[in-house]
Amino acid sequence: MAEDPNNALTASVEHLGRATVEVIEEFGYYFLLFFESAYWLLFGAFQKQPVRLPSVFGQMMTIGIAAIPIIFILSFTIGVMLAIQGIHTLKTFGAEEQVVVGIALSVMREFGPLITAIVVAGRSGSALAARIGTMQVSQEIDALRVMSINPVRYLASPVLAAMLLMVPALAFLSDLAGLLGGAVFTNLELGLSYSAYVDRALEALEADDVMQGLIKAMVFGIIITVIGISNGFEVKGGAEGVGKATTRSVVLSISYIVIADMLFTYFLNR
Amino acid sequence: MTAESVIEVRELVAHYGSRKILDQIDMTVRSGEIMIIMGGSGSGKSTLLRHLLGLNKPTAGSIRLLGTDITQTTVAEAHELRKRMGVAFQGGALFSSMTVGENVKLPLREHAKLDEATMNIMMRLKLEVVNLGGFEHLMPAQLSGGMIKRAAVARAIIMDPKLLFFDEPSAGLDPVVSAELDELILRLRDAMKMSIVVVTHELDSAFKIADRITVLDHGRILMTGTVDEVRGCDNTRVQDLLNRRPRADDIDADEYLQRLTA
Repeated sequence: MAEDPNNALTASVEHLGRATVEVIEEFGYYFLLFFESAYWLLFGAFQKQPVRLPSVFGQMMTIGIAAIPIIFILSFTIGVMLAIQGIHTLKTFGAEEQVVVGIALSVMREFGPLITAIVVAGRSGSALAARIGTMQVSQEIDALRVMSINPVRYLASPVLAAMLLMVPALAFLSDLAGLLGGAVFTNLELGLSYSAYVDRALEALEADDVMQGLIKAMVFGIIITVIGISNGFEVKGGAEGVGKATTRSVVLSISYIVIADMLFTYFLNR
Repeated sequence: MTAESVIEVRELVAHYGSRKILDQIDMTVRSGEIMIIMGGSGSGKSTLLRHLLGLNKPTAGSIRLLGTDITQTTVAEAHELRKRMGVAFQGGALFSSMTVGENVKLPLREHAKLDEATMNIMMRLKLEVVNLGGFEHLMPAQLSGGMIKRAAVARAIIMDPKLLFFDEPSAGLDPVVSAELDELILRLRDAMKMSIVVVTHELDSAFKIADRITVLDHGRILMTGTVDEVRGCDNTRVQDLLNRRPRADDIDADEYLQRLTA
């Protein structure tokens, strides 16, 4: 059957319109969730519904402390990789020694926070979506609501607090591990001593570089929290829904992290 | 509203998307009575319960629980009200990351300023009420279906609520365990003077515990009455439900054809 071209056009415009509204709606939900979690963190105590410290510490352990080994290993490897690439490229100009500047700046400003965020999104963002999604399916969220325990306060706020503290901390650890990786390789390859490496790195770095990385890490932490939790809350349709939400939250978190990273880098370096 | 009634639903209308699920529901639950909400699948009974619990917002109408209209309360009022009601969900809805004891203590921990020892005593008391004494250290995954439901009851009554809701208490339980749960519901009403609303489609259990029964069908109330009144009702849909007769809906031939060829 031949389709009316007008109809096809209006249909595609309608489709586009709906998709746009959905995206805007979702972003609205992210912001709402962020502000509500932050609200409970700041003012929950005055409403007799404080965010419990033990649950914040619990989240800090699973999100932060448990991620230390993997982040250390990955960042160290990235440091080594940067050193290999840097030395290889700079050899053309006979300026291998300058590799330290490249490693220090790129690790501090980019790779540290980015690697950390990707690992945390993969480990904790998915776990968040799965945990909250399962709770939604088994009516545990409803149970919280009828017990007058605000689910955002009880489930989201501790995670937000933990992320705001632990993602920058992990990013800083990642910075150090990356620098260490670079130091070990330049030492082996160029025979550059560790103290000379540290001197050059400190010379190249400014406080602003470190700050930039840490602020980015905080924003990444917020992105992971909000996307993981909102996808969890939105779960419908049992086990399959939980699986979808988990995948979706990891893919979305990593995409938004990379995009946010680009925007941040652009605006912070103008 | 009379001092006697703990729940008053007036002209409640609810939609799910554009589909009307509840239509002009009027219902009153008196203090100290066990009200059964009965109906087949898709009759809207679960939706009605979700509205009574304030989990869904109605399209129109009012719902008064213990004198508070939950369709237009402030957050603080809703908070105070919810401390005076308890809910036992169909699947228990125990938090799988906590022990049974921690689950039962959760409302106390969040809403009352008590020391740990007092909370533990209260928690054990409630577990004894539901015959789960000594099980507080187990995780929900280690319990049987009936035990999970009873633990959920213990959590629902930990704050000594005035109003208690049960969603399908006997679903998925064997007849003996199901009968024990019925006994428990009667005991809670008699010993603790609670008003209880039970949503179920189990006839035996409904007739055993009910003071009054509300029969829902296609989102409307067919009738409200005592057990004898329901048994004696001559409405065909009520009798279908009581006698487990399949629905004898007339099929409109044209409409049927149209559905097939659509």
